[in-house]
Amino acid sequence: MIIAEGKPIKEILAMIDAYDKIIVAGCKGCVTVCSAGGEKEVGILSSALRLARQTQGRSLEIKEVTLERQCDTEYLEPMREYADQYQAILSLACGAGIQFVAEKFRKHPVLPGVNTQFIGVTEEQGVWTERCQSCGNCVLDRTGGICPVARCSKSLFNGPCGGSKGGKCEIDPQVDCGWQLIYERLQELGQLEKLEIVLPVKDWSTSRDGGPRKRIREDLKI
Amino acid sequence: MKAGSNLEKILSSGGFAVTGELGPPKGADVSVIERKASLLKGNVDAINVTDNQTAIVRMSSIAVGAILQRMGLEATMQMVCRDRNRIAIQSDIFGAYGLGIRNILCLSGDHQKFGNHPTAKNVFDLDSIQLIQTVKLMRDEHKVLGGDEIEGVPAMFIGAAANPFADPFEFRVIRLAKKVAAGVDFIQTQCIYDMDKFERFMQMVRDRGLHEKVHILAGVTPLKSVGMARYMKEKVAGMEVPDEIIARMKGAGKEKSREEGLNICVEQIQRLHKIEGVHGIHLMAIEWEDAVHSIVERAGLLPRPQV
Repeated sequence: MIIAEGKPIKEILAMIDAYDKIIVAGCKGCVTVCSAGGEKEVGILSSALRLARQTQGRSLEIKEVTLERQCDTEYLEPMREYADQYQAILSLACGAGIQFVAEKFRKHPVLPGVNTQFIGVTEEQGVWTERCQSCGNCVLDRTGGICPVARCSKSLFNGPCGGSKGGKCEIDPQVDCGWQLIYERLQELGQLEKLEIVLPVKDWSTSRDGGPRKRIREDLKI
Repeated sequence: MKAGSNLEKILSSGGFAVTGELGPPKGADVSVIERKASLLKGNVDAINVTDNQTAIVRMSSIAVGAILQRMGLEATMQMVCRDRNRIAIQSDIFGAYGLGIRNILCLSGDHQKFGNHPTAKNVFDLDSIQLIQTVKLMRDEHKVLGGDEIEGVPAMFIGAAANPFADPFEFRVIRLAKKVAAGVDFIQTQCIYDMDKFERFMQMVRDRGLHEKVHILAGVTPLKSVGMARYMKEKVAGMEVPDEIIARMKGAGKEKSREEGLNICVEQIQRLHKIEGVHGIHLMAIEWEDAVHSIVERAGLLPRPQV
């Protein structure tokens, strides 16, 4: 899923400073699962914003809403019923959701309530870690199911580099060396010989380097 | 001859090479380069010019390499993958060759987190092994990565690094084998203090026959103080300093620690010289260039051959 974290309240207060009637819009997708922008976070953030405004001696009217998803048109439509009564929309969805709201609600400034961070997993309760950089050209079959693009700090294809020590990356003793993980996994699988092959120069055109990406399934189009 | 550099001539004639290292200034002061170069002149066969090492902004390795060539010294241009994509890398290799540089050392590069611009975006379009392949492609097949024929071949003597002390230890020789398969001509290792471990590494190198396919230059750095030894042991990733070295540096006391550091270095070089498959040393006297002459002299490696 896409992992995000709430922006600091000070930053949000500065963003909404010019408004006294806003919508705080959560999303029931990824940001709910990673506790960054679901119904609960909409409630907590709205209370905090009201309180902060009260201490400034200013009022703030908030419409709290949590949409099924913000990355699909149909789930955005219900907001039209009340959107005109508010000056701005603070979205707690991922960057894709925030932008889609901005595209569909053209009269409203749409503001980000979260920082979208990465595609990752719930490693344990309250801990999310990155797994995929969506490069568009998966090599996991060659690297024991562990991604060198996302897990190696230098995205090396023929690691580990000289900075791998005790299973950790040179950038931080808390960060696992992605290539040590690949090595151990291939060892477990009895496939260490895979590491003898030089992985070739990567085609990054399928990644963001090829420009904004688009996927079309003609058979599904209406 | 692939490139015809001084370093290549010495290594291919079976000589024991000595390379040095020069860290460019953190600015445009050419006198820093001239001072350091004058201390290395006559004592080494080629001088590595670091490429924004530890991700601290310095004068470019191409420019400093060209200045050294102009001074009549031979440069080994280090090139990291951190700061350039394949377009800039290949363009810079053409440029470096045009300025007279004949040796290149292909590196991944230290992560920018350590440097003076930790908020920078990194590149890593290629990794060090792919960079070796790229230079070889340009030199031997006269093509750029995209497939186009090139106008004028950058005939570079291709080097790379190896760190026998990083983990996993068993994989280090495999990674070296990958660099050899990619087309590297010479290897310079990380600084060696743990000689026994390096001997084990070299045994694995010989078991695979790699010592016959690539020239290995063993990295050495003289210690200035017990503090430096401890720092290397504890803070520098992929560096091992045995307790006996630390004890020797400590035992020497403050006044004689530099002298003891030089003694250790000279002893190491003499031992390295005897290891089958070690074809030279890479002497990294960090901010201590004036020690180079006496180390090389005491190690019995002067005068340097004229080839």
